[in-house]
Amino acid sequence: MTSVMLDAGAPFGAAPPSARPAIVTRGLTKRFRGGQVAVDALDLSVPRGAVYGFLGPNGSGKTTTIRMLLGLVAPTSGEHELLGLPLGEALPRVGALVEGPAFYPYLSGEANLRRFDAADPAAPRATVRRRVAEALDRVGLTAAAAKRYRTYSLGMRQRLAIAAALLGPRELLILDEPTNGLDPQGTREVRSLVKEIAAGGTTVFVSSHLLAEVEQMCTHAAVMRAGRLVAQGSMASLGGGQVPRVRVRTPDTADALRVLRSLGLADVRADGPEPGDGVSAELGGVAPERVNAALVGEGVAVRGFAVERPSLEDVFVRLTGEGFDVDG
Amino acid sequence: MSTAETRETRPRRTPGLVPVSETLRTTSRPAPSDTADPAPAGTTAPAGTADAAGTTASAGTADAAGTTAPAGTADAVGTTAAAGTADATGSTGSTGSAIYAASAGGGRAPETAGVAEGGRAREAAGVAEGDRAPGAAGTVGSADVIDLAGPPPVRRFGSFWRLLGSELGLTFRRPRNLVMLAVLASVPVILGVALRLVTDDMDASGRGGGMGGLVASVAGNSLMLAFASLSFLVVLLMPVAVSVVAGDAIAGEAGGGTLRYLLAAPAGRTRLLTVKYLNAVVFSFAIAAVVALSALVTGLALFPVGPVTLLSGTTVSVADGLLRVLISVGYVGAGMAALAAVALALSTFTEVPIGAIAGTVVLVIVAQVLRAVPQLEAINPYLLPTWLTRFDGALRDPVDLGAMRDGLLAFGAYILLFGSVAWARFTGKDITS
Repeated sequence: MTSVMLDAGAPFGAAPPSARPAIVTRGLTKRFRGGQVAVDALDLSVPRGAVYGFLGPNGSGKTTTIRMLLGLVAPTSGEHELLGLPLGEALPRVGALVEGPAFYPYLSGEANLRRFDAADPAAPRATVRRRVAEALDRVGLTAAAAKRYRTYSLGMRQRLAIAAALLGPRELLILDEPTNGLDPQGTREVRSLVKEIAAGGTTVFVSSHLLAEVEQMCTHAAVMRAGRLVAQGSMASLGGGQVPRVRVRTPDTADALRVLRSLGLADVRADGPEPGDGVSAELGGVAPERVNAALVGEGVAVRGFAVERPSLEDVFVRLTGEGFDVDG
Repeated sequence: MSTAETRETRPRRTPGLVPVSETLRTTSRPAPSDTADPAPAGTTAPAGTADAAGTTASAGTADAAGTTAPAGTADAVGTTAAAGTADATGSTGSTGSAIYAASAGGGRAPETAGVAEGGRAREAAGVAEGDRAPGAAGTVGSADVIDLAGPPPVRRFGSFWRLLGSELGLTFRRPRNLVMLAVLASVPVILGVALRLVTDDMDASGRGGGMGGLVASVAGNSLMLAFASLSFLVVLLMPVAVSVVAGDAIAGEAGGGTLRYLLAAPAGRTRLLTVKYLNAVVFSFAIAAVVALSALVTGLALFPVGPVTLLSGTTVSVADGLLRVLISVGYVGAGMAALAAVALALSTFTEVPIGAIAGTVVLVIVAQVLRAVPQLEAINPYLLPTWLTRFDGALRDPVDLGAMRDGLLAFGAYILLFGSVAWARFTGKDITS
């Protein structure tokens, strides 16, 4: 009954803020001076609790979108909402990493975090010491806390930026290319950190131009291309058109084909002309262990058995009709 | 426990200040567990219970008091609960706490109940910061529990001053700025020593009559070195120092990329600009004070102390003289603050701090050149440097308030004009750095 009053003037419906998506945009458009359209009529919807991959080649409008979400850049048209709240109320609950780390080189890592905490009007001064120490600990920078930022390596800088995004209890993390410049070890650490944060209930919106990265971290994804949204949805729904295939490596090609057909699998075929090339088929609803048991039961020598799910890249090639140029 | 910490445990706001819409939102907020697993009982339940206890206690107190009640239990939840209407006190207070108890315990409070009660109850929950209980800190789990107790307030009391403090700390600890202060402080020393040597030289040679007014008066009285130093430095060196700090204010943050993080924090554009300007104002007065102090100390060491002979010929006491030094410092500080507004305005137009700094210095120099052209005398009153040296009104008897008042009005006009330019530009600017 009070919900109408509650949401008077709210652009995104009558649901209470906590029930609305973490991020919503409607027709969000940015045309820079000179006429270049960086973002074109973007309709995003990021559900609460999701790890949302925001994919696209460099220059496809990802960073401009993030800047608009954070109120750094004013949209030419369209609207957006974070956590169902007015921007000023939402931002203290949002941690952000935008276009790489930026800190005061002459301050220590710790002093830098204190500086940004002081800029947050909702952050309690009394707890800053503990929160800074905790954030540094989470990214493994405790040992370097007193060192000047100037002396930090690229990976340490990136981690400090993530620590800055974790200074308070956040409901939403917006991470723009969080693994940029990190070595494989650092990339793994960031990935597990994101998973850990998401497990705590925080919605994570992570932009990337690396398909594999999004595939490993995210529950949902959206794809940008030249400022336009090409696809968005849960990973399952994005991959929905493609079914997993079972691939069997065996010298007994003919027998294997026969068994697979008898199980009712679709698109059964030999993968090559040679006897050792193996066979494959769409798995459909059949359990892979049943397939293997049937093969072995019929005397097929199974040397390799794999279930292959379509990679995100396959999906995007299908969706966009072209390859995903990761180098942009 | 320090004063600041003590203050922290009190309720952050009075319920009367909380807008109704915000109140409702606060009340209707369910546990954020709708997106994640419901809080596992093993880890979160104990803390959650403590939370709930805190809230209940405060609601109970509110019931009796009818206004605000600080929570003072283990978690030190800064909660205020009050009834909107007198007769609703008991029921709404306890219902609110029941909802918090339910959500903090890991269950889900029915949203509609929260909203329905919220319609009548005026209840605002402060943020729960678990760390005030020693040992409660440390784990991710505890942070999540804290979140269950309610959303953080949008703005804390004193947050503006905290940001200003951070800004001042940055300014007065930055090596570059300290070097500038040191250079400014050294000029009166150099000036004093040089004048002393010249005076000794003249005394030795027996030629005393050729001394100029300034040198003569400094040699005659220690306080005069302060006025001499200010009038010497106010022309260029102090404007340069102020331009460096104020011109760097926005452009430096933009150039370094830190501006986007400050604004996403969110510092707030008007708030950040105000803090930046106030910081530059403090620096303006600080350099005037540093110059005067350095000059006073040097003067006391090198020249005789005694009644001061003013420009108008009258002699005043040392105390009166010191007061006039203070007036001069205030006037010069105000003039530098006006210049800081110009530098700040330029700073909002570029991502290259040196551009804003150099631009301001060039403007000062151009103004000085224009002043030197007799045919352009008519525009003199509109030029800032015209007014910067008018603190010599303090050296007349009685103090020339008219000239200084006009100067202060000119400074005010500059601050208003360029402050508006800076605000209009900065609040409408796309931050793409």
